[in-house]
Amino acid sequence: MSDTAPTHTGRQIPDRLQSPLSRALKSWEALLLVVAVAIFIVNSFASPYFLDPWSLSDATFNFTEKAMIAFAMALLIISGEIDLSVGAIIALASTTIGLAMHAGAGMPVLVITGLATGLACGAFNGLLVARFALPSIVVTIGTMSLFRGISYIVLGDGAFTGYPSGLAWFGQGYVFWVITVELVIFALLAIIFGVLLHRTNFGRTVYAIGNNVTAARFSGIKVERVKFILFLLTGLTSGIAAICLTSRLGSTRPSIAAGFELEVVTIVVLGGISILGGSGSIPGVVIAAFVMGLVTFGLGLLNVPGIVMSIIMGVLLIGVIALPRLWAMTRRR
Amino acid sequence: MNILKSRETILGLAIFLLLALIASRFPAFVRPRNLANVFTDTSPLILLALGQMVVILTKCIDLSVAANLALCGMIAALMDGAGIPLVLILPAVIALGAALGGVNGLLVWKLGIPSIVVTLGTMTIFRGTIFLLTDGAWINAHQMSDAFKAFPRAVILGLPVMGWIAALVIAGFAVLLTRTPLGRAFYAVGGNPHAAVYTGISVGRTQCAAFVIAGALAGLTGYLWVARYAVAYVDIAGGFELDVVAACVIGGIAIAGGSGTVAGCVMGALFLGIIKNALPVVGVSPFWQMAISGSAILIAIAFNARGSRAPGRIILKQAEHKS
Repeated sequence: MSDTAPTHTGRQIPDRLQSPLSRALKSWEALLLVVAVAIFIVNSFASPYFLDPWSLSDATFNFTEKAMIAFAMALLIISGEIDLSVGAIIALASTTIGLAMHAGAGMPVLVITGLATGLACGAFNGLLVARFALPSIVVTIGTMSLFRGISYIVLGDGAFTGYPSGLAWFGQGYVFWVITVELVIFALLAIIFGVLLHRTNFGRTVYAIGNNVTAARFSGIKVERVKFILFLLTGLTSGIAAICLTSRLGSTRPSIAAGFELEVVTIVVLGGISILGGSGSIPGVVIAAFVMGLVTFGLGLLNVPGIVMSIIMGVLLIGVIALPRLWAMTRRR
Repeated sequence: MNILKSRETILGLAIFLLLALIASRFPAFVRPRNLANVFTDTSPLILLALGQMVVILTKCIDLSVAANLALCGMIAALMDGAGIPLVLILPAVIALGAALGGVNGLLVWKLGIPSIVVTLGTMTIFRGTIFLLTDGAWINAHQMSDAFKAFPRAVILGLPVMGWIAALVIAGFAVLLTRTPLGRAFYAVGGNPHAAVYTGISVGRTQCAAFVIAGALAGLTGYLWVARYAVAYVDIAGGFELDVVAACVIGGIAIAGGSGTVAGCVMGALFLGIIKNALPVVGVSPFWQMAISGSAILIAIAFNARGSRAPGRIILKQAEHKS
């Protein structure tokens, strides 16, 4: 990442692990949970329609697709890289699904096409970052234009519509009562990535790389391979999100999922993952996704326009990071 | 031989080849008048890319420039609607842009929040503010005064004022970056922040200054953009921040900070500008533009990474790894 400048030089030892900030961050998930519950209570008082199970179920669509990608993105950011091309991967994957449909492919092939496109895009990013040692932020700004650009070449100002009804299951189906298919996929991915990050050797290597690449290398971790796998995972989850989103909207335009990358990064950062790499947890990301979803849904019920919500998300993003730091600064004096 | 190997020379050659290629089929494209048009058309990109360049030099990134541009442009249009003369509007939007940049800078400097997070947040806040100001309404050409619209298009010596402003800012930046202490501080902070501290440079203050400069340029460009296209609404210059970063990357500004030149940055912007202007001329669908500029970015970074690995250039291996 490009943000490694010492910021408190001269006032404290530049070791992040010893700062009061990190102690405040230890209870990050707890703090976030309190915020989520508070928003939930405020919302249920603000609007009589909030507590209806069907509208709550509907509200999960606000974040499920983005949160699916956020899990993989969390691992990527912990390892010190970032992927800004996820929205473009969705656009390209959705376009290839549309192409496959027009070529007469059946349901399983459509799903495989989406996943394969996501994997291929992730592999391309991973190859450039891991194999050729290029900075991920610019690589993915480039591939962001490239992937979405291919969608524009294929579709122009047109659109793919008329997807088979079988595909609708992913974005519009219910597994049990009000539990949507997307919510189940979200929960499954949360468990898979939670176990992967917190309970496996692979997860430990991700933290090790994010904290100290050189030390990780000296302790025998194949840094390039891990980073490549993380880009693959981000591509794959983007492919899954593409299937869900295409299924839910029932159409593909080249501008599909525009701006997703920023919302995904917002969820990850809100979830307590350090943008500088090396720390954070999956439960944090899960709660952050719910916070985002609840805020958006609650404001929507109050007829707040989408763009005003984005202001609130922006303030939330800066606020949750700034407040602990301001607090630490006032305590030092 | 060194001059042949420099990025700027190679990029210059690439631009020359590109122009020659277009000229072989469409000679009218390289007529001075058309080239002046291309330059003027690329002016907003050049102005923002120069601002972004100083930010990137200090190891930061500013994703809020396009939103800053849109907000300042809207304010300029609103001020014009209130009957305020242009001589007051111009300094006002530049000051506003600088203040918005200052907000980014202070958050980075005083609170130590990574610039990508800060500007990701302020990007949505700035754009949302336009909506709050106007309720999503557009300000169209007929609602703007003639003087307001005419200024950037007024032609002096064959080049519109907008092009002249870009040329002046380029010259100013060349002096700022190579001949002033602040300019050298940008390179020092990005090249090695620890060493910069020991030489008495405040890293945070320098980064903040970079954000203020980028913001001021975004404010100026906001007026130019709105006046030239004679329309202001919430989404003007949407996604432009990525074009700006792309121009810097193609121009050889290292994303890790500390290296890059004004000439490279300007050529990076011109490269994108020429492609954008040439596509309709050579009969390629404009839908190809996004994929082409994406490929150009990827080729440019791959190329720059190879260039920086020239033997004997890395003196501090550790610092290289950290970035």
